[in-house]
Amino acid sequence: MQVGLTHFLVVSSLLFCLGLYAMLSRRNAVAILMGIELMLNAANINLIAFNKYVAPAALNGQVFALVVITLAACEAGVGLALVMATYRNLETIHVDEINVMKW
Amino acid sequence: MGQLAAFIALSIITLAAAIVVVTSGNIVRSALSLIPTFLGVTGLYILLQAEFVAGIQVLIYAGAITVLILFVIMLTEGGTGLRVRQTTGQFPLGMLAAAVLAVALIAVFVGTPWPKTSGELPQYTAAPIGNLFLTSMVLIFEATSLVLLVSLIGAIIIARRER
Repeated sequence: MQVGLTHFLVVSSLLFCLGLYAMLSRRNAVAILMGIELMLNAANINLIAFNKYVAPAALNGQVFALVVITLAACEAGVGLALVMATYRNLETIHVDEINVMKW
Repeated sequence: MGQLAAFIALSIITLAAAIVVVTSGNIVRSALSLIPTFLGVTGLYILLQAEFVAGIQVLIYAGAITVLILFVIMLTEGGTGLRVRQTTGQFPLGMLAAAVLAVALIAVFVGTPWPKTSGELPQYTAAPIGNLFLTSMVLIFEATSLVLLVSLIGAIIIARRER
């Protein structure tokens, strides 16, 4: 049995749903950011698998995966800066305790 | 055959570490479990003949982002040893949504007849990717660099201590 496109798609969808679960249910803002990283990784697996199995001559999927990795780094930097600012102002990073918009 | 064994091993590493990431009660343990997750994904990239993306993945994800996350965990509360509740009240709903989405996605992925085109990837992908980035993808390249600059400045301004 050969490893096909479907195998990679199934693994990436499981990884995506684990990230979604982390995003919906974790209380710590940093853990939510970790869930987002897992989801971006799942998207990258999809891009590269489709590049190999559907359009192997073009390499566009790998280029897009590199762009997604760059934007994930930006997102992590800005997101963690927001977490730091929240912690400094509200002294908590638990998202169910952050319930003021102005004080 | 060997490829299938490698795929199964890498998938198990990735998914098991990801399960630890999303369920562990200790936030430092979740952050450290990100490293085997990202390295498993790197192995999947190598299996897909994307060795340049795999190298970048190790450098940026397993190296930089994990360390950044660990720094922020250490700088905020809820670090090592604290056993605080880690899930909000809506975690059964989150679990339900993730499970439903997983079943739906897998059903769609298995059921769809994907087009298979013959053709080969280049033997080494780094040089063709570099050529693409500086010829037909140059707009994406420049836009990405602009986004990097803006997010760098934005992160500094947001995280800076007032006064």
